[in-house]
Amino acid sequence: MAEVRLESVTRRFGDAVAVDHVDLVIADGEFVVLLGPTGAGKTTTLRLIAGLEKPDGGRIVIGGEDVSDCAPSERDVAFVFQQYSLYPHLTVFENLAFPLKSPARRMPKDEIAARVNKVAAMVRIDHKLANRSTALSGGEMQRVAIGRALVRDPSIFLMDEPLSSLDAKLRAELRVELKRIQNEIGATLLYVTHDQVEAMTMADRIGILAEGKLLQIGTPREIYTDPVNLHVAARLGHPHINLLKPGLLPCESVPGGARTIGARTEHLEIRPSAKNDANARVDWIEHLGDQNHLHISSEGEKIITLADPYAGINPGDAISLSLKNPLFFDENGHRIT
Amino acid sequence: MSTTAHSVVSPGRLSKSIAGAVVIIYALVTMIPLAWILLTSFKSPPDSISYPPKVIFEPTAEGYCNLFTTRSRQTDEYIESLGPPQGICDEITRKRNMVIVGESNYWPRFMNSLIIGFGSTVLAVFLGTLAAYGFSRFRVPLADDLLFFILSTRMMPPIAVAIPIYLMYRELGLSDTAMGMILLYTAVNVSLAVWLLKGFIDEIPREYEEAAMIDGYSRMQAFFKVVLPQATTGIAATAIFCLIFAWNEYAFAVLLTSGEAQTAPPFIPTIIGEGGQDWPAVAAGTTIFLVPILVFTILLRKQLLRGITFGAVRK
Ligand SMILES: Nc1ncnc2c1ncn2[C@@H]1O[C@H](COP(=O)(O)OP(=O)(O)OP(=O)(O)O)[C@@H](O)[C@H]1O
Ligand SMILES: [Mg+2]
Repeated sequence: MAEVRLESVTRRFGDAVAVDHVDLVIADGEFVVLLGPTGAGKTTTLRLIAGLEKPDGGRIVIGGEDVSDCAPSERDVAFVFQQYSLYPHLTVFENLAFPLKSPARRMPKDEIAARVNKVAAMVRIDHKLANRSTALSGGEMQRVAIGRALVRDPSIFLMDEPLSSLDAKLRAELRVELKRIQNEIGATLLYVTHDQVEAMTMADRIGILAEGKLLQIGTPREIYTDPVNLHVAARLGHPHINLLKPGLLPCESVPGGARTIGARTEHLEIRPSAKNDANARVDWIEHLGDQNHLHISSEGEKIITLADPYAGINPGDAISLSLKNPLFFDENGHRIT
Repeated sequence: MSTTAHSVVSPGRLSKSIAGAVVIIYALVTMIPLAWILLTSFKSPPDSISYPPKVIFEPTAEGYCNLFTTRSRQTDEYIESLGPPQGICDEITRKRNMVIVGESNYWPRFMNSLIIGFGSTVLAVFLGTLAAYGFSRFRVPLADDLLFFILSTRMMPPIAVAIPIYLMYRELGLSDTAMGMILLYTAVNVSLAVWLLKGFIDEIPREYEEAAMIDGYSRMQAFFKVVLPQATTGIAATAIFCLIFAWNEYAFAVLLTSGEAQTAPPFIPTIIGEGGQDWPAVAAGTTIFLVPILVFTILLRKQLLRGITFGAVRK
């Protein structure tokens, strides 16, 4: 395991800038998650680190060594792809053994078998080692793909939405599993996802990418409570953050220059109200099972927040809504603190 | 209920049996000429030209004997003076007042066909695979124009370029050599190979090679370990097409080969001339000529069929 450092790394495709002067340090043993909308440059960032793309500018340093000009096989990284993870002409065992049999490693046969068996047990696929990789379920394939990264002892694991195509239950299971394995072996890991829960629960730090730029990087808590701009604020939070005009809802001390107020559930105070001081109305309540989403309208603006199941609020109720320590943003979307 | 192009509907019994019947009838119609050649090869020369044609006849190996031997006519006294006949061909030949004087050229010509056919097929598929991989994976300058140029080499009928090639080969000392014919058929087939294989290799996601390269393999090693095994279907299909062309090619062969390197197609018609209309010998030569393609196709059948069920593994 090693520290990985990106210094002002840039990658263009024609006129489009897929990765734009990204500076990022992943400490040895750290779990960093990249979050961002589709096309933000997440996959390209991983491919740059792996050496599958050559940067147009900047340096990539792995374990203190500049690898910007090294071939992928010389970089000692492991990659779990977004798609097409397994070699279809090989069995599960052969897939797992494939990196160890490479000319770069030349490991003796019995050691390969020992490692493969250990990793297969770790990702719980040891009962299917003789299967063809095409004869597996989606979840099993993904375990093998993760296993194929784990059999090696690379400087860094790069994982590109490894759980995105799995069902919710399996995803939750593998999420916990992966975090456990990472702790166990102290792996350095750069992980791409669209899933907020994965990001919040697994990451030591989260990096938010948009249009090739790294907007902010920090602990999940920092990113959630202290976003630098509207874009970062909008990435996390479920239901989605409400963006309101100042003056719509009562709020103490709105700083000058605030053009947008971001209000999450914890920034909204709801009180059932007598007719005269009501400033909002409950349109309907969405029951999601574990959560109830309250759809509120206030002077034509839609607001969505979580409902306390015991608050006794019903559709059609008039309520009084006020803001408590919300997030303020200026005209360029930058946070005002 | 409407069905989409992707839905798999098992056909009803009636449509199944109609489809089956159509396939069988079509197969029978296309097989009649082949069956006729096979039958003729076992007929005696008089039976082979009798009218109306004989479907029931007494089979004889005469066609095969005549194919592999050269014979000369002798007087009855001379034939009687010989000892007992050696082998079935000797016996058949003597009945026609002839004796075997040597081996015919069929076998050497057949071997030439094998060497030139398989040699050029291996070479064309090998070069075609590498070129197709290059076109598929790398940014080649003017790739589209180059691909069109490669295809265009196949557009002219062979006979149109036969004379320049004949002159060129004479200068280079390649006339009537197996090497010359292998090079020529390779040049003709490589365009087909590049185009067919590029399609197959385009279908193989490049993530596999990228994964292999990250796993510690060079691009070349990744190509052999990951791309080739998945391209076997395409390679098998391409090899069959290339072999069929090289095997059946007549125009170049007749112009550029006459002795040493002559292949079977220009040789077979010459059998007719050697002592009357010897159709059974021609048919025997043709029958044996068909066998390698048949065997090759059957051997590669598994690879060809696998193309239907061998999809990429998505996550
Ligand atoms: N090989 C390529 N050629 C041209 N453009 C590319 C190439 N690879 C990526 N891009 C472009 O670069 C940008 C970033 O792509 P990238 O794949 O990194 O996005 P991503 O963040 O991984 O998105 P997703 O969440 O959809 O996977 C996109 O606009 C994409 O169109
Ligand atoms: Mg991606």
